[in-house]
Amino acid sequence: MKVYEYQAKQLLEKNGIRIPRGGVASTPDEAASVARELNGSAWVIKAQIHAGGRRAGHFVGNQEAQGGIRFVGSIEDVRNAAQEMLGHVLVTDQTGPAGRTVNLLYVEQVCEVQRELYLGMLVDRRTSRVMLIALAEGGVNIESITSRSPESVLKLAIDPLEGLQQDAAREIATALELTDEQTDETVRVMLVMYAMFMNLDASLIEINPLGITAAGEVIAMDATMTFDDNAMFRHEDIHAQRDDDDELRWGELDATQHGLNYVKLDGNIGCLASGAGLALATLDAVKFYGGEPANFLDVPPAVEFERVKYAFGLILSDPGVEAILVNVFGGGIMRCDTIADGIIMAAREFPVRVPLIVRLAGINADSARDRLRDSGLVITFAEDFADAAEKVVKAATEARLSAQQKWWQRVQGLLTRKDETIDRTAG
Amino acid sequence: MAVLVDAETRVICQGITGRQGTYYAEQAIADGTRLVGGVRPGKGGTRHLGLPVFDSVKEAVSETGADASMIFVPPATAANAIQEAIDAGLPLIVCITERIPVLDMVRIKRVLETSSSRLIGPNCPGIVTPGECMIGIMPRGIFRRGRIGIVSRAGTLTYEAVAQTTGNRLGQSTCIGIGADPIQGMTFCDCLELFMADPETEGIVLIGEIGGIAEEQAADYLQQHKSKKPVVAYVAGRHAPAGRRMGHAGAIIEHSTGHAEAKIVALRSAGVHIAESPGTIGATMAGALGDWKERISL
Repeated sequence: MKVYEYQAKQLLEKNGIRIPRGGVASTPDEAASVARELNGSAWVIKAQIHAGGRRAGHFVGNQEAQGGIRFVGSIEDVRNAAQEMLGHVLVTDQTGPAGRTVNLLYVEQVCEVQRELYLGMLVDRRTSRVMLIALAEGGVNIESITSRSPESVLKLAIDPLEGLQQDAAREIATALELTDEQTDETVRVMLVMYAMFMNLDASLIEINPLGITAAGEVIAMDATMTFDDNAMFRHEDIHAQRDDDDELRWGELDATQHGLNYVKLDGNIGCLASGAGLALATLDAVKFYGGEPANFLDVPPAVEFERVKYAFGLILSDPGVEAILVNVFGGGIMRCDTIADGIIMAAREFPVRVPLIVRLAGINADSARDRLRDSGLVITFAEDFADAAEKVVKAATEARLSAQQKWWQRVQGLLTRKDETIDRTAG
Repeated sequence: MAVLVDAETRVICQGITGRQGTYYAEQAIADGTRLVGGVRPGKGGTRHLGLPVFDSVKEAVSETGADASMIFVPPATAANAIQEAIDAGLPLIVCITERIPVLDMVRIKRVLETSSSRLIGPNCPGIVTPGECMIGIMPRGIFRRGRIGIVSRAGTLTYEAVAQTTGNRLGQSTCIGIGADPIQGMTFCDCLELFMADPETEGIVLIGEIGGIAEEQAADYLQQHKSKKPVVAYVAGRHAPAGRRMGHAGAIIEHSTGHAEAKIVALRSAGVHIAESPGTIGATMAGALGDWKERISL
């Protein structure tokens, strides 16, 4: 679960890490009034989206405009910048081409710092530990630094039984070549970060840049935080801040609420599979035979037929779907007959107008096939994985061809009629 | 022979009285597994499915002589259940539970470093030596005892590899589903090591998926320890969009890592045969095994 920059900063502040003064705004007027309250003569206006790369990003339909982070020097410019950002789609190298609509801004005081650093903490798969990452250069894209000059990246894998030790943190901070006061303060920030990471079940905390003033103050100028979805049961306060509508496409939010893993894709073959691995492999097989999946949909194993019904209904109501592949391997408590019942129930509400290919294997596959046959639905059964993928791609191609043929016949029909009309007038 | 579990393995089930624990314990018993008891704090002294139930793992181990545990405990308390099994000195712990907080697993992984216990999972389908021992949630009836060792990071796709090797009569020595969580117990490398040393295993199927670095680590391992047996791999998620969580915690392509293509390239350069489509895992192994046999006989 991701939170916005302003939420991450509020959490940092609550834990004793200094942040620039600022406030949120959802209209240009609010942005102007936040800026007025902050006083001063320079502000930074920051788009609140769940993706990085905002400064270098651009707004859809407005290539000339600056990115999602802007420095302004007058209240009027605050208002103008807010006007240009709010309600518009920001595309960055992390959002994908669809971008994210900006619905919220964070207006901050600009603060003067002497240096900028990078501090990050994440769960490292290689060491199976929480890793502290530090860099003497801030405000940079950590991935590009890691690949360009990996030796400049300071790393510390933290033993979970001992926690982050003061000495180890000091060693890293010392390598950043700071003054004594700055070093002390940076060590304190590292220890707070680790405590937050463990106490809040974070999966990523990034302070980038961490600003250092000449006086030795250390300020979190930008912050990114991601929390472990699986641990949210013990952090209701964090979970209450969830707002991920902007990450979802058609049908995805509804699917999540029904406990399904659904990702909308751009093709025309609707896919339903049991289990994430099989669902991924189903996409691969469809692509392997030259088709384009319309979605990823994994129905988890402990499922009841109502949820299968919902899942199948979701595919049937997707206007982009021209053929459907159901690929289920019944195992454990995932039984093929549950899937069959769900499909039959869904088909009563949403008529199946496109070719439906079904591959069932494992527990209760035979009885499930019988039920589907008796239901009167028009279904092509496939023998195995490869057969199923091949058949659905063929069906989708034929569906498209026949649609094109119909269109062509209609056009020709129109042309013929037109000729007749002309003939008659001529006659 | 097979690896890790066989007809001698004495298994207990933590969380045996729950819905899932009950169902899969029944399945294991029906398949001939030596299930010797269960654990459920507060229900010690009772019986469930005809087996003794104990309050703690320690008690269960000392009363039954168990040497393996399968865990069906809800995510919030699953890490404690694993910890308890480690403390009781169980050599093999199989945790089926999914959605365990990752920081709980960071702690468990650290504890395992100084313990002799092996952990399979969490968030995995378990381990099966056909006809001898079944721990976990894999469907009965698709297995056939044979020559192929299967190790898989993707749940249901494991069954696909099993069904295909059963279909072409190769069969399985042991099938291990290691799960797809970011922090897991046994890795591909641990399982490769076991299969490479097992005389019954003639070929190894490795099922990977997008996200993380497990497949790359397996490729490194195979570069260093040349396998005398053919290894076939299929990596799921070649066509998954970047940055999206595809079903479970592990399967996400982050900005620059975790792509299927990179994993396939690494595995191929380590001499692994790649199944191009999920439908051809069994056929690829049959082909690889044929070529290998030919080379041996020359």
